[in-house]
Amino acid sequence: MMKTAYSKGNLVAKTGNEVMAEALRQIEPDVVAAYPITPATEIVQIFSQFVADGTVKSEYVAVESEHSAISATIAASAAGARAMTSTSSQGLCLMWEMLYIASGLRLPIIMAEVNRAISAPININADHSDTMGARDTGWIQIYSENSQEAYDNIIQATRIAEKAKLPALVAMDGFITSHCMEVVETYPDADVKAFVGEYKPERYLLDVKRPYTLGSIDLQDYYFEHRYQLAQAVIDARDIILDVAEEFKRTFGREYSFYEKYMLDDAEVAIVIIGSAAGNVKAVVKELREKGIKAGVLKIRVYRPFPAKQIVKDLAHVKVIAVMDRSDSCSGAFPPVYSDVTASLYSARVLGPKVLSYIYGIGGREFCDEQVVKVYETLGEVAAGLEKYSREVEYINVRIK
Amino acid sequence: MSAKMIEIRWHGRGGQGAKTAALLFAETIMATGMYIQAFPEYGPERMGAPVQSFNRISEDPIIIHSGIKVPNYVVILDSSLIESVPVTDGLDKSGKVIVNTSLSTSEVAEKLDISINQVYVVNASRIALETIGKDIPNTPMLGALVKVIGTLDIDGVLKNVKTKLMVKFRHKPGIVEGNLASIKMAFNEVKS
Repeated sequence: MMKTAYSKGNLVAKTGNEVMAEALRQIEPDVVAAYPITPATEIVQIFSQFVADGTVKSEYVAVESEHSAISATIAASAAGARAMTSTSSQGLCLMWEMLYIASGLRLPIIMAEVNRAISAPININADHSDTMGARDTGWIQIYSENSQEAYDNIIQATRIAEKAKLPALVAMDGFITSHCMEVVETYPDADVKAFVGEYKPERYLLDVKRPYTLGSIDLQDYYFEHRYQLAQAVIDARDIILDVAEEFKRTFGREYSFYEKYMLDDAEVAIVIIGSAAGNVKAVVKELREKGIKAGVLKIRVYRPFPAKQIVKDLAHVKVIAVMDRSDSCSGAFPPVYSDVTASLYSARVLGPKVLSYIYGIGGREFCDEQVVKVYETLGEVAAGLEKYSREVEYINVRIK
Repeated sequence: MSAKMIEIRWHGRGGQGAKTAALLFAETIMATGMYIQAFPEYGPERMGAPVQSFNRISEDPIIIHSGIKVPNYVVILDSSLIESVPVTDGLDKSGKVIVNTSLSTSEVAEKLDISINQVYVVNASRIALETIGKDIPNTPMLGALVKVIGTLDIDGVLKNVKTKLMVKFRHKPGIVEGNLASIKMAFNEVKS
């Protein structure tokens, strides 16, 4: 029988986009500026209908590009408003220079991002190339496995961003999550509003009694300090993220942290993964456990700030780890999640685990249970002493000549 | 895939409502107390182009998000797709195919090159014309699917479809009645 985690929760059948729009309606930001792009379009399409119907009092700014969308959001946030936007893929790329400005000005903008491949060739399906490209912009990045997490994450992100004075994006996989209808528990409007609270910026441009300057020139004398402070703010956001998760659990009953551990504590082999594919990996692990194989999963939810110390602690005992990236860095080195996990382990002098790098699901390429099983088989062989395993990036389900 | 999970693939042509059918089916089944998924396959969006959509239904929460490779049920809204699309892909011996057609089960089984025991037919286009007044076979096929699956609650489905359509077509009550009649008729007429 279906049950809610929260006594006043309501189970509904909604797609990721629909429930994201629902969260935006409940949060009711002062300003939303966005430009449509597949597969994120529905989020603001539905939200703009709420505005047109008078369901929300938000100001909706229909702009002519994503660059303008984020610019308008930045301006609104700087003026003192709670401001949100939504985009995907090329849209995020077009926002690029402004992403750094949002974080550099320490504006708590919230973005609902739908992960999609980047052109060329043109492709509308899921991979993480878009947000992984933005991993060093100073934005908080929170990823969702399913629609429930997307809904819960955007509610939490609002609080996190405003407390940390940092912009935050909440990502979900294009089509796989954004267009998949599934059962989601939503909470009453009043309870969501109470949780996010009223936004009270410490300083804002329209505060005529305390005027201040934002975005002025900052050369050799102070720029370095300001960028250092930004990096520290991202690190400090860790505690805020855990505090908000704790309060979220107390209020709505669902537990969140930097990452989810699934059968990891006694695992000998483990997969580290982000996003919707984690569900399939967990399903495979459940079956492997029934056969006595000590497999586990670490599903990253908060990628920025990267929970380096915590991840090292939870992976140190694992014999062999596969880090699954859904984007390629085209660097000649290794893709982003692998690089962060291995750098974290190495810098902490945790050299026990062997760590393998895999890239999967680029441009929406199917990632199915048989492939997951095969990865665990390889991990098992390496754990058993196989020395001839790949030290390079392995690509899953791609035709290589 | 857990033993209790049911996986369904819909085949239609752009404009026939394969996506809508999967969404409506999921919503109504959820209202009877089961976990659901409904998702379309995204490709060229043009009228008449072959399209697919999918459902999972289960007593337990559904955590997988991969495509459906071995469907338990394949629903074909347009029988001309049998000639041009590999509609039986991944179907094993226990899989069932439900086709909107005026042909008999033996004729369809021969065309699909599968056992007659796996084939169900219903003239959903005729039913749609009689009840809704338009050749929109997706709603009647929903009734046929509920019948063939066998373990679902048709009264619950009808009640939930009514609730759902009443919201969408609150100014056109005739449409709601027509759709409900089409589901009932296909439920009764679908045959093996």
